[in-house]
Amino acid sequence: MTAAFDVVLVGGGGAGLRAAIAIAEAAPRLRVAVVSKVYPMRSHTVSAEGGAAGVIGSDDSIDEHCYDSISGSDWLGDQDAIEAFVKEAPQELLRLEHWGCPWSREADGRIAVRPFGGMKKMRTWFAADKTGFHMLHTLFQTSLKYSTVVRYDEWLVTRLLVDDGVVQGVVALELATGKIEAITARAVILCTGGCGKVFPFTTNAAIKTGDGMALAYRAGAPLKDMEFVQYHPTGLPFTGILITEAARAEGGHLLNKDGYRYLQDYALGKPQPKPVFRTMELGPRDRLSQAFMKEVEKGRTIATPYGQVVHLDLRHLGEKLIDTKLPFVRELCTKYQNVDPVKELIPVRPVVHYMMGGVHTDINGATPLPGLYAAGEVACVSINGANRLGSNSLPELLVFGARAGHAAAEYSLTAKDPGAAALAQFKDEARRLEHDLLQSNGRERIADVRQDMQRTMEESAGIYRSGAELKRGAAALRDLQERARHLLIEDQSRTFNTERVSALELTFMLDVAETIVNSALRREESRGAHQRVDFPARDDQRYLAHSLAERQPDGSCGVGYLPVTITRWPPAERVYGEAPANERAHYAAGRAVPSREGV
Amino acid sequence: MSERITLQVARYRPERESEIQFESYELPCPKEWVVLDGLNHIKDRIDGTLSYRWSCRMGICGSCGMLVNGEPKLTCATFLSDYAPGPVRVEPLRNFPVIRDLVVEIGDFMGKLARVKPWIVRDSEKPLSEGEYRQTPEELDNYKQFSMCINCMLCYSACPIYGLDPHFIGPAAIALAQRYNLDSRDQGAAERMQILSEHDGIWGCTFVGECTKVCPKHVDPAGAIQRYKLQSAVEWVKAFVLPRAAQ
Repeated sequence: MTAAFDVVLVGGGGAGLRAAIAIAEAAPRLRVAVVSKVYPMRSHTVSAEGGAAGVIGSDDSIDEHCYDSISGSDWLGDQDAIEAFVKEAPQELLRLEHWGCPWSREADGRIAVRPFGGMKKMRTWFAADKTGFHMLHTLFQTSLKYSTVVRYDEWLVTRLLVDDGVVQGVVALELATGKIEAITARAVILCTGGCGKVFPFTTNAAIKTGDGMALAYRAGAPLKDMEFVQYHPTGLPFTGILITEAARAEGGHLLNKDGYRYLQDYALGKPQPKPVFRTMELGPRDRLSQAFMKEVEKGRTIATPYGQVVHLDLRHLGEKLIDTKLPFVRELCTKYQNVDPVKELIPVRPVVHYMMGGVHTDINGATPLPGLYAAGEVACVSINGANRLGSNSLPELLVFGARAGHAAAEYSLTAKDPGAAALAQFKDEARRLEHDLLQSNGRERIADVRQDMQRTMEESAGIYRSGAELKRGAAALRDLQERARHLLIEDQSRTFNTERVSALELTFMLDVAETIVNSALRREESRGAHQRVDFPARDDQRYLAHSLAERQPDGSCGVGYLPVTITRWPPAERVYGEAPANERAHYAAGRAVPSREGV
Repeated sequence: MSERITLQVARYRPERESEIQFESYELPCPKEWVVLDGLNHIKDRIDGTLSYRWSCRMGICGSCGMLVNGEPKLTCATFLSDYAPGPVRVEPLRNFPVIRDLVVEIGDFMGKLARVKPWIVRDSEKPLSEGEYRQTPEELDNYKQFSMCINCMLCYSACPIYGLDPHFIGPAAIALAQRYNLDSRDQGAAERMQILSEHDGIWGCTFVGECTKVCPKHVDPAGAIQRYKLQSAVEWVKAFVLPRAAQ
């Protein structure tokens, strides 16, 4: 059976739902489908904690948020995209307020904002420390108003339908029944999020397996800046559960085994009693995670059964502030780590958190393949460059979800209807899903191949990388691709067969892993989250450019480059820890969290 | 604490079994492991055919609700060692049709969720250029608790009314209706009242409070139901006592 839509969204998280609502509002006659492998409210947007940046204070400006994002990106972000993003973020956050998002408030009822890493003004909107959860539920519940939006809940997209380079829909598998359908469309928007699960230790949910990135790559779209993987500096050991940056924004300290605030040794400024913008614990994530690795080298971290850790100290913030501003942090620490942050130190270590790279799109979410769009973490516009600032990803999925929705809707008005080629591809894919996967006689356990892939990625493409390790990683991934052709799938049922899903996800991840390692190998410089021990300096002569990983006809991964768009902010050195005098004066007055107009 | 523990896991593959059967798996039991880690160990190392839902592993996505020794639990937040020396029985949530193994059908709830109009209803929408709707922290506190629901279905699984009468709109949906009713930005309470009153189920709720007891996010659906009943009774009395214009 073939269903036909104007626009199909793959993924029902923040970006997908924002895009769906954008289309439903702007073009109510268009038929829109949201195809998601989980119920939308299970999507990983739900796990975002700290907040969403959008200029709102009278002391703040568009230019300052632009500059913070550009220097945060180590000048690899496209400045036209960043400027559009920064301009549209506040109205998107406000729209969410109108839709009911329970943003935290000032005493007089206005939106409250908090400081965040790498930002020099308070501009991070928050809903306590469950910002992503509230945003996602607000979007999902609001989307229920629109009867034109059809949902395919718990359907996994396994392939894009492409006729002569034009994307015309998807093939999807219904988990509950095993039914396979061609869901044809005049435009497809990928909103599937990131790929943290290619690494062993990640904040990412089990579903973050890079599906959309791999679907696009296989269909011939380039993946941009895939070497830039963000390690968040504060994850709980063993589980990898995220302890939000807001914990440091509210005044938390990072301590090594001697109780010393070690960040002062890494060009991030000197300790102050209260948090100072762009300084120490409010430095950017790449620099904090790198500082941790240096502390490990110096033997100043604490050994645990689950690796080296440092301590996050919130004790001086007091129970009242923690319960008001960071209740989820307390809940997660007590429930999962058996540590009460009101009284005890929290053990933390860097953890894979976010993918700066993704499907190459323009400023409207369009990929080079006609009919294919992408938004949110799966996409790389790029506003994040070599390092994303905390609290820029939630507004990103709103701004570019809406933009991609509008662009895809407009494109769909003139696009051609799918033809015979799409049908033939559907039949091919159905055969693969039914025959190759359900009647496989492979011997390789999915978990074994997955673990070997994850270990390979940590060893070759971690916080510090070298050419030799990356070459070894690339070779290991080729072997793993071969092993993945012979997976053992014991489950032959069509009913909710999660083993078949795991096999499909593993092959998505292997393709994405190859693009990460190959892009990292080619970039012979250190910039943002990509640190090469054999090329420790930034090299603007050769690498002020986006990498583009493209699948070659022989299946290998080729890497090319695209210039970065520079408009008003010429490349410069990233400087942290030197707060302007007026900020220091303010904090000296003793207010850790000034009101919105107080700074 | 024992070093190993036995999980008795409900299995149901409609192509193979006409009813739920139990299969036992012996597992390691490190103190860090939650029940979900045990299930993942089974799937990865012992039996790849076991099906269940999970995602975030931090108690916020709401996917991994199951019965653990008969009680509705988020398996990502339930430590195996708390059940040592075992055995531990893991079953699909009660009160739902079972699709496969530990996976239940929640389509009924998804429909009910949409029916309570869980979005801001207003007579007129102010333009974005006029900024935010002011809402004080106290006004936020009024509904905040009811906005914390992760739709994990534990309350439906615990609810004796839903178990007997599947038409009952149920704890989480009522809590969500109240979340919007109590939001200072919303004007849709009357519309929602009508929807909630359509069925008698809500009056069957005896304030046993099972839903509130099992809620992992302290949403207190039972409290929402009691507030609704009170509000509804007041409306009913007003309809008799007051002249039409004053209602």
